[in-house]
Amino acid sequence: MTIETTTLGTLALIAIITAVTVVTRFGGVFLMSFVTISPRIESFINTMASSVLIAIIVPMAFSGDVGSVAALLATAAVMLATKKPLPSIAAGIAAAGFVRYAGFA
Amino acid sequence: MTSVSYPYQLSASKVRAEFFRLLPISLFVVAFGAAFGLAAMQKGLEPLQALLMSATVFAGASQFAAVDMWGGEVSLLPVIAVVFAINSRHLLMGASLYPMLRDMSPGRRYSLLLLLTDANWAVSAQEYQRGTRNLEVILGGGLAIWMAWIIGTWLGVYFGGLLQNPKSLGLDMVLGCFLLAMALGGKKSPRTLVAWTVAAVSSLAAWKWLPPNMHVVIGALAGGAIGFFWLEKKPDEHAKEGSS
Repeated sequence: MTIETTTLGTLALIAIITAVTVVTRFGGVFLMSFVTISPRIESFINTMASSVLIAIIVPMAFSGDVGSVAALLATAAVMLATKKPLPSIAAGIAAAGFVRYAGFA
Repeated sequence: MTSVSYPYQLSASKVRAEFFRLLPISLFVVAFGAAFGLAAMQKGLEPLQALLMSATVFAGASQFAAVDMWGGEVSLLPVIAVVFAINSRHLLMGASLYPMLRDMSPGRRYSLLLLLTDANWAVSAQEYQRGTRNLEVILGGGLAIWMAWIIGTWLGVYFGGLLQNPKSLGLDMVLGCFLLAMALGGKKSPRTLVAWTVAAVSSLAAWKWLPPNMHVVIGALAGGAIGFFWLEKKPDEHAKEGSS
């Protein structure tokens, strides 16, 4: 099934994409409301929460260029040293910019 | 169902504080929004349509993917599948906030979720691990990011040419660096490190061998399974939470 991108069609598409996104925003919480939160479930949720971050970042490092890897390494180094997010992120972006500017990527 | 009470009350001053706390990150979101606005124009969307999409969908990666599939005609099922796959991490992110969200009336709970993004979720989830309940960052921080996303889209739509190559400035890495900083700022126990290793390996495997965009959910569920089977012994935790 296809939708033509006329004005009306585009609006319909935007509405559909919005609806799909809202389903993902609401869905997890909706399903959880039927689950009794035992210590085991709580432990699952907590471990999953930080695993989401890792599952986003690691493939990003592997699929990215040298600049991406440099950014993540710089962020990790500054974060572990200072425990301050903003300087860490700034260092990461600067590293990516520098490596790409220098032509390694 | 008699007189359910919802103890979690949002504090207005904290919402304001969280708005300003995520404002620095929002500046980078403006740059991403600009890149999206530019991409949307190049694919033939009208300026107002791009702005509308940013305001209602408010999920960057999936918007880029959707616009990438734009043309004279758009096949519906592939777009739905891709948008769902990219945003499916929201399912897990929302679920992870449920222990806090359930203390809030359903109306507020779901309204709050409309503002859920990687960045404000990461802050809230990490603070929850440390024993602080913070849903104000979802509202305040989410509003900051939402506004930045719309302003960015607007800039990209009208002045997109100024930002032809955000990658050369390292701007494509803002979110990755932010999320990494959040992960490393959290609590690290042997259990967490094992879960992270499992999450890393399984997300990489999924990224390599499974259909695109499934790796986040696969990796997160695999990491969560470690938590399910390996409980940390913390007797005081139950006393604090009461009988739930």
